[in-house]
Amino acid sequence: MSVALETRVEATQAEGYFGNPWRRPRILQAITAGYLLWSLLPVVVAVIYSFNAGRSRIVWQGFSLRWWTDDPTDSILHDPAMRSAMTQTYKLAILTVLIAVPIGTLFAIGIDRWHGRPARGANFTMLLSFVVPEIILGVSLYILFTNLISIPLGTPAQLLGLTTFQLSYPVVIVRARLLTIGPEYEEAAMDLGAAPGQAIRRILLPLIAPAVMASVALVFADVVDDFVTVQALQAGASSETLAIKIYSASRASPTPEINAAATVMLVTTLLVVAGGLLIYRRFNRGQTVAGASDFMQI
Amino acid sequence: MQSGVWYPRWYWPSFTITGIVWLTVLFVLPAYVVLSVAFGAVDFEHFGQPVPYYAPWWWSFSTFNETLTQFYQGSAIYQAPLIRTFVYVSSASVICLVLGYAVAYFTARCTSKNKGLILVLLVAPLWISYLMRIYAWQGLLDAGGPLNVVLDPFGFGDTDFLSGLHITVILGLVYGYIPFMILPLYASLDRIQESLLEAGRDLGANGRQTFWRVTFPLSRPAILTGIVIVTLPMFGDYYTNDLLGSSKTSMFGNLISAQREFTGGSTRMASLVLILSVIVMVPMMYYLRETRRAAERGA
Repeated sequence: MSVALETRVEATQAEGYFGNPWRRPRILQAITAGYLLWSLLPVVVAVIYSFNAGRSRIVWQGFSLRWWTDDPTDSILHDPAMRSAMTQTYKLAILTVLIAVPIGTLFAIGIDRWHGRPARGANFTMLLSFVVPEIILGVSLYILFTNLISIPLGTPAQLLGLTTFQLSYPVVIVRARLLTIGPEYEEAAMDLGAAPGQAIRRILLPLIAPAVMASVALVFADVVDDFVTVQALQAGASSETLAIKIYSASRASPTPEINAAATVMLVTTLLVVAGGLLIYRRFNRGQTVAGASDFMQI
Repeated sequence: MQSGVWYPRWYWPSFTITGIVWLTVLFVLPAYVVLSVAFGAVDFEHFGQPVPYYAPWWWSFSTFNETLTQFYQGSAIYQAPLIRTFVYVSSASVICLVLGYAVAYFTARCTSKNKGLILVLLVAPLWISYLMRIYAWQGLLDAGGPLNVVLDPFGFGDTDFLSGLHITVILGLVYGYIPFMILPLYASLDRIQESLLEAGRDLGANGRQTFWRVTFPLSRPAILTGIVIVTLPMFGDYYTNDLLGSSKTSMFGNLISAQREFTGGSTRMASLVLILSVIVMVPMMYYLRETRRAAERGA
């Protein structure tokens, strides 16, 4: 009898919690907290183990800078293979930004105002290059460069491949910005006597500058992290990037030097993206939420 | 533009010309060369180098057919990876969806002052190299590594998680791609106005009914977008299995990347890439159609 009563009291209490529309979403909160831990903790652990004194990346043997600076051959500062990988990574990132962002920005402006069937076709192709799985693009370019057009594998092929894959980022970001700006500012400038070219240079470009800066940051970070295209179009050790180093080492017996190399990638991409976001916010005071969501759309 | 200024017809198209030329030469043309190699011949006197047939009327299907038979004839060595790919991709996307929905829902309804921080933490994995994130797990899962120690009381002390377990590769895929699922879901759930939910409740629906009859239908487009965004790269993935699995868990992408080891692998690679393109065509076209519709709605 009393047992039954207790169960009923418990039942109503439980119903009270679940029936209350203003209850705190404890379960969802726990899932979210758990997810964030699960998603970020492994990376934090990998960063910490780059400071391991021993050769292991799973057994902690004390703190040291051995794999960063101290070891004369196996630290990322002194290992010639790692230094070459770092140079290659950042060289590709900077060059890709320099090519992809201007071409993409111009494309975005043109496609925003040019209507008609060819424009739709061009836009469709651009978006297709945005969603196609990277391995398809990488292997297709490899086959192109080794059959029809002789482009040497290595830096030239990698640069062309990365630019093709990244071209759509500035297009998508700048177009989103153009849609929110609308044509009114340029029209006003031209009503006041500006030539079309002047209106673009003095009105439109400053207005889309934040989006262009955001593209620079995102393309740079994305190229630093790229693996598939860079691997498909590489030619031997001289064109290996940090990502390829992580990949090949992880299939042999990686030392914490690889953790250090990965940490270098992590720090540069996060700094560049954070920098891009800050610049974006500076240009768009009062629109931070919109800016953040622009970033998240990508 | 509707202003009084007259633009020559070529004015705006000229802005796009470099982009169009670039895409034509380095995106459309490679696709054509892949077709020409897949439907071309093989030079057996030169290590099986491809002999592409660039004229469509010469295309022969013998090379391509030979690749195709590997999926269903004889020892059918390509069949298992193909089936595995579909099983892995669908289970990983379902897990991504369920877990991602919970996280996105909580974040969208979250009113705490930490919301900005949660958002930053949700986005952060996108800017951490995929390989580094999987590499980090490889360390944790290594034999004798932290996970063996932590899970020892549950009987997983001696489990070799990296020996080619389905669950390891599936969870690896989930881990890698779930941020891409959470973001569109969050963006969509965040846009649902509170007044709609209140209206549902005022009309007598309880919490669960409001969710299934208001929130969920409103987020359906984002669910489909999210699924497409995570499945597309998963279909081409080979590195997750290379780091966390073995030949027992190889996927379609591994078939392609394995051809790199052979001198005459190009031909086989072209055929496989062609097959992969056909597989991902439907989700890709869906995504493009949705993007166009969203743009039309916005304009």
